[in-house]
Order: sequence, then C-alpha cells, then structure tokens
Amino acid sequence: MPEYGIMEDGMKKVSKTTKNNLITYGMVVLAYIIVQILVSTGHVSSLIQGLLVPFCTYVIVAVALNLTVGILGELSLGHAGFMCVGAFASAVFSLAFKETMPGGLRFFLALIIGAAAAALVGFLVGIPVLRLRGDYLAIVTLAFGEIIKNIINALYLGVDGSGLHFSMKDALSLNMEEDGLMLIKGAQGVTGTPNDSNFTIGVVLILVTLFIVLNFINSRTGRAVMSIRDNRIAAESVGINVTKYKLIAFTVSASLAGVAGVLYAHNLSTLNALPKNFGYNMSILILVFVVLGGIGNIRGSIIAAVLLTLLPEVLRGLSDYRMLIYAIVLIAMMIFNWSPNAIFFRKRLKQRFIGNKKLKKEA
Amino acid sequence: MNTAVHFTAASETIVWRIGMSFVAHLINGISLGSVYALIALGYTMVYGIAKMLNFAHGDVIMIGGYVVFVTVSGMGLNPLASIIISMAVCTVLGVTIERVAYRPLRGASPLAVLITAIGVSYFLQNVALLVFGSDTKAFTNVVTLPNLELFDGQLVIKSVTIVTVIVSIIIMVGLSLFVKKTKIGRAMTAVSEDKGAAQLMGINVNGTIAVTFAIGSSLAAVAGVLLCSAYPSLTPYTGSMPGIKAFVAAVFGGIGSIPGAFIGGILLGVIENLSKAYISSQLADAIVFSILIIVLLVKPTGLLGKKIQEKV
Amino acid sequence: MALLEVKNLGISFGGLRAVNAFNITIEKGQLYGLIGPNGAGKTTIFNLLTGVYQPDEGSIILDGVNVTGKRTIDICKAGIARTFQNIRLFGDMPVLDNVKVGLHNHYPYSTLEGILRLPRYFKVEKEMNERAMELLKVFGLEEYADYKAENLPYGQQRKLEIARAMATAPKLLLLDEPAAGMNPNETKELMDTIQFVRDHFDMTILLIEHDMKLVSGICEKLTVLNFGEVLAQGETQEVLNNPEVITAYLGE
Repeated sequence: MPEYGIMEDGMKKVSKTTKNNLITYGMVVLAYIIVQILVSTGHVSSLIQGLLVPFCTYVIVAVALNLTVGILGELSLGHAGFMCVGAFASAVFSLAFKETMPGGLRFFLALIIGAAAAALVGFLVGIPVLRLRGDYLAIVTLAFGEIIKNIINALYLGVDGSGLHFSMKDALSLNMEEDGLMLIKGAQGVTGTPNDSNFTIGVVLILVTLFIVLNFINSRTGRAVMSIRDNRIAAESVGINVTKYKLIAFTVSASLAGVAGVLYAHNLSTLNALPKNFGYNMSILILVFVVLGGIGNIRGSIIAAVLLTLLPEVLRGLSDYRMLIYAIVLIAMMIFNWSPNAIFFRKRLKQRFIGNKKLKKEA
Repeated sequence: MNTAVHFTAASETIVWRIGMSFVAHLINGISLGSVYALIALGYTMVYGIAKMLNFAHGDVIMIGGYVVFVTVSGMGLNPLASIIISMAVCTVLGVTIERVAYRPLRGASPLAVLITAIGVSYFLQNVALLVFGSDTKAFTNVVTLPNLELFDGQLVIKSVTIVTVIVSIIIMVGLSLFVKKTKIGRAMTAVSEDKGAAQLMGINVNGTIAVTFAIGSSLAAVAGVLLCSAYPSLTPYTGSMPGIKAFVAAVFGGIGSIPGAFIGGILLGVIENLSKAYISSQLADAIVFSILIIVLLVKPTGLLGKKIQEKV
Repeated sequence: MALLEVKNLGISFGGLRAVNAFNITIEKGQLYGLIGPNGAGKTTIFNLLTGVYQPDEGSIILDGVNVTGKRTIDICKAGIARTFQNIRLFGDMPVLDNVKVGLHNHYPYSTLEGILRLPRYFKVEKEMNERAMELLKVFGLEEYADYKAENLPYGQQRKLEIARAMATAPKLLLLDEPAAGMNPNETKELMDTIQFVRDHFDMTILLIEHDMKLVSGICEKLTVLNFGEVLAQGETQEVLNNPEVITAYLGE
C-alpha cells in the first residue's frame, strides 16, 4: 500500500514540473497571439509596435541571466557585454553577406555565429572569473563587460578583395582598397545591418531559449549546477566537478545573451556599443528584471522583463519616476526576501499554517 | 659643424619636452589617483568591516558634489563651509543607507546584499536626476590658490592637484592612526576579524559598522569635491565610474588595508592617465579593468591584503 | 587485505601540528569509531581522507589504490563518501534530487542529450528516479521525496545526508558526528540506521562521535585521538577501559 503511494508521488513530481513548463510556453504563445490580434485590429500604437522586438531581446537576456544568477547562484554584471559580442559578430556577418545571401538563411547563420561568438567569449571569461566568489566575481564580470564594450568601440574592421582588414587605431590604417566595405567603424559602430528580425522571429527565439533553459535545469547537468549553488563543498564530496559545471552553465547563459544581441542588432540599422545599450547599466537593468521576477524563477523573469519595459510606456507620466521606482522596489524586494528577520518571520508563519493543516488531517 | 650643434640642441629640446609632458601626465595621474585613493578608503573600510561591497559609494560622492554645487553656486556660501556641509550631508546619508537598506540584510547571502547596494546606487542616481536634471552642471573649482609654475612655465601644476594629493595623504595617515590608536578604531578591527566574538566582548557591532559608514561617506564627500574641482562637470552619473574604479583600486591594494587602498588608488590613477596619453584614450578603461582581473587571478588578496580560507 | 590503510599521515597549519603520524587500518565490513576530545583533529582526518586538505606526509590506500593527494571528486569516484558535522544538504533542491546528485556519476548522459531530450535522457532519468526512490525508502524518507531538503526535520536531514553519500556507491562511508544535536530516541533510531546500512549494503563505516552510548553500542573497533596523535587503538571495550583514554576524556 505505501509503495503504491511512493510511485504516485514520484510521478506527480515529474508531471508537476512538466506542467509548469508548459504553462510558461503557453503564456508566451498566448501573449504572441493576443499581440498579433491587437496589431491587426489596429489597437497597438506604432510606439509599442516598435518596442515588440526589444521586448523579446530583454526577455531572452533576462532568462539567460537568470540561469547564471538563479541556477548557478553567481552574480554576473557583464551580460550586456555578451549581448554586445553576439550583436556585433552577427551584424558584421549579415552586413558582409547583405547582397549575396537570402535573408532567411543569412539570419539563421547570423544567429549561430552570434551565439557561438558569445559562447566562446563567455567560456574564455568564465575560466578565470568562475574561480572567484561572490562580490569579486560580480565586479570582475562587470569589468569584462566594460572591456568588451571598450574594445569594440576602438575596433575598425573592413573587407575588400584581399580579405579582412582590422585595426585598433582608425579607419585609414586599415589600408583598404577602393571598393572595400567598412564593417565596424570604431565608435560609430556598424551601419547598414539588414533588418532581418521581427516580432515573430523574436517570439520563436524566446521559445527556443526557454526550451534550452528549462530542459537544462531539469536535467542531470542542471542538478549538478544547482547542487554547487546550494553547497559547493557537499557537491564536490559527491563527485561533482565544480569547475566544469560552472563553466557549462556560464557558457550556455552567455551564448543565450548573445542570441538576444543578434535579435537586437538585426532590428536596428545602426549598431553602437554605447553605455546605454551594452554598458554595465544595461547589465544592471537586466538584473533588475531577474530579481523582481524572482531569482531562479524563469517565468517570473519573462513577466518582469515585459511589464517593466511596458509600464513606463503605457503610463507616460510615470516615466520620470520609472528608474526611481525600480530602485525602491528592488531594495524593498531584497530586504523582504532575504533579510534573516523576514525569512524567520515567514518560516514561522508557514509552520503555523502547515502545522494547522497537519492537525486537521489527523482529526 | 654648425648644423650638427643645432641638431643636437633641437633634439635635446624634444627630449626635454617629451620628458616634461611625461611628468605632467604623471602628476595628473597622481592627482586622479589621490581621488581614487580617497574613494577607495571608503570602500576598503566598509568592505573590511561590514564584509560588503557598497556599490552605492560612488553615488554618495556625486551627492557630495551636488551639495557643494548648490551651496557655492546657488547660495554663494564660502567653499570651506560648503565642504563641511557636504561632509555632514554625506555622513547622514551614509548612515541612513546603512540603517535602512543594509542592516536588515546582515547575515544574508552576499549576493542579496550586493543587489541591494546596486538598488541604492540606482536610487541615489535617480533622485539626483529628478532633483537636478540630467544636464551637466559646471562645477566651480573650490580651490582658489594660484597654480605652481616650474621651469619658466614649462611645467604647470594646478593648485587643485597639489591640494588633492596633500589632502589624501593627510586623510590616509589620520585614518591609519584612528584605527590603530582610538577605542572605536580598535573596535573596528575587532568587528572586521570576527563579528560574533566582538559582540561577545561587549563591542556594539551595529554601532561600529555605522561609524564606519559615517567615516567612509564623509571621505566620499571630500573626494566628490576634489573630483569635481579637477574635472569640473557634474551629472547624476559622475560618481559611478570613479566609484567602480576606486573599488578596483581597493582590490588592487588589498581589500581591508588602508595603506593598500592608498597605494592602489595612486597606481591606478597613474596607469589610467599614462594609458590615455600614450596608448589609447578609448582603451584606458579597458586597461584599468584588465589590471583588476590580473591582480585577482595572480594575487587575489591584492598587494597588501590578508588570506581568508573557507572552513569545512 | 584491509579496505583502508592509512600510514603516518600528518598535516600542519602554519605552526600548528594538527595531525601527526596517524595510522589506521580498517577491514572490509567493519564499523569503526574515531573518538577524541574537541580539537583533537578528528574532522581534519576526514578532510585529509576526502582530499579537502592535502597531507604533508603519509599515505592513504583505499582497497589497494593509492588515493593520497587526489582531488575530492576523484576520491569520491575511488569510493569514499562522507557526511558533515554541520549538515550540508542541497537545501533548495527536493529531497529526491539531493539523492540524484549523489547518483550523478553512475547514470551518465550528456548536457546536449538533456537539453534536446533525446531518448537516453528519458531512459537514464527513469532509472535514476527508481534508484533514488529505492534509497529513500531504505532510509524511510520516501514520503518526503518532494520536500525541499532544508524543510526536513533535523533527524531526517542527517539521514538524507547519509542516503546521498550512499548514492555515490562508496566502499567506505565516513560519518562526521552523525548523532550531534539528537535526543536519545533519535540517537537510538540512528544507531539502527547505521547498523542497517552496514548490513544491508555490506558497508565499511568510519564514524566520529562524542555520544559514548552510540560508540560503545555499535562500533567494533576504536581509535582515540588526542592532540593530533593516536592515544589508543583496538577493540571498543578494551579501549574504553584504557586508563589513559579515561584521563584524556575526564581530566586528571
């Protein structure tokens, strides 16, 4: 009799996570359908329509960051940097093949290139960074993000008949032939990237990101990563290779941030690495989405990213106070969720509640 | 024969000029480094004692700058009085931040504390944005002494540079003595070693941490004034980059060490200025941050820091 | 041949000689106790055996394999599992997943297979779930499978830690003060569990304990440690009646 109960419990658990994940996918699809209906019936202002692709960018990068913050348990303040790598790598590719390749294939390849470039940089950054802990790790990821942005701002890249030319000084020192094409013009960035992305592609990419992240979490690898988060020493004692799994999680997270960058780059005709879009302030904004949506809660990240981007646009008068409100909510949330006193208080409340339920059961 | 002499003279002049410009860059670097050192002192004390990265420290500097701007340019106060007001405001601000945002999280995960500090940083920036607007304020140099001219005016050292260096040395020495000689200073050392034990020995841990924040924040006000006097433009984001770089300086020198913060600050300022002058102004920040990464990987405890090991 | 053969093990921290010339031989299937006053170096020995610290000198041979100086994860793979004095569970994860992390190295599939949900993922996960539930049942934790580990009652947390260690399929199980903080009833239950683990899995167990009732109740052999050195070694009753041991514990 009890054995039967066990099996049922085990199965219940599996189906519970699956159900939860399906709700998340469903929510995205439903939102997409609603937006499409609203757009076709003319209920969406052109301002909001212009924001649809950025929404998707934020959602993807927030989900990616949540993998690092919530699942790996390390604070990265450099995800804007990985986004930047994905954006520039893919934009350069698309610009170079603008005339010679059909749009669909070009974007698909750009996506692969952006994700791979960000993954590579994430892997290289991760090797030294993941040896550090806590605050140091956070500040070093911030440093790496700034370095990436700085280097891209100083980078000149061009292509002509004799191949790729590259310089860290100025456009002239590229020594290009007359017919050459400038790909990256230092601080002026990349101009003329084909607008290959749209809202539908964005939503598909969100779904792909979710598929990767949710399956990652609910797999052997994900469990290993979470065990390191919960107790590194215990994880080592049961044979988990801490460095390996940290690197895997960080690389996957960086490459998904790169995907967000690809989407971002192909929605603009001019791509610059400004503090506003790829600086640490952007990394912090993404962190705000993750924290307010709930650390480790993937669905929460999606909702927070959309709501927090949408809200100030809807309530125009509020926009001056938007960042201030974010800041206050962020502080309040952290204190409420993490303060030892608040945790104790919640635990006691919960115990009382559960205790009552148990008593009722027995009665 | 004659031309050769001329040639030598000309090349000597060139060498002399290059040397002079190098010295000028070096001095500017030391000046910037002194400001970093002052900010880093605040970081290092708070990190050493409360074991938290006060991300908002840079923004306290910015607030300090605005207070001086308002009192001097707006109300026409005497610069010295305005600096004292600014220090008072920042001290109160620092203690309030600690009380409201950080104290409830004592004992929580470092991640939570850091995110909260980021929230506070955001908060201060946006309050400044609402009150003062996003436009750049022209900051009046509060140091009105004459500049020092050497070699018939070939090398000019700005008075603000000299004042900055002298002030930061005085503060560094004073702070070291304070920590070593006074009762509160020794309480700080005790709290930084072991909060629990310090509490059991009758030290008011919360009070000691509050004092640390007060000192760090009042130093931030001084740093803010000097920073804005040397680089006279003030926006709500003025403090954030120097703040982060000062943290780099604190790590460089060894977090928790007062002389370390000073040395780290000066070195960082010099490196930054020389890279700007001789390598690339675009890449100067990248070079500064690379130093942080190299230091943390090669000697995670910094130049003068102590080693900490996790207990199993 | 003995299962564990430790010879002349030693480590210093700065100037402090934490463990000196430590020898121990444990036969397969033995239930062995390591006792001694606080600060005698017992946990340090566990840390040396599991590769958390590297010994300054001496050798550790497990089942004929030299594991001296190896990394923690390699020692785990070689067959030593442990629990901790201050419980170290994966608190935010379900009880079942805690055990599944212990099974990690025995049920492999790649990260890509996991993300793409290839057939091997489903097959291995199913086997893993079954094995983990089996282990939980052995320790009477099956009804808590879905609970967050940190929400378990204290005694159950100790058991879960043992279950997780057993999931790594060790040859030698190290228990660091398993009865710490337990009341007499819980301790009694724990003694039964430890004996059951030894019999059911044919396990060799080395445990650190202060509770003399537990030690004299289940340990067959004892080593007494004092100031990092072996004070006495042998059959439990013999050792406990040794006047030197009594002095070390009770003072002059």
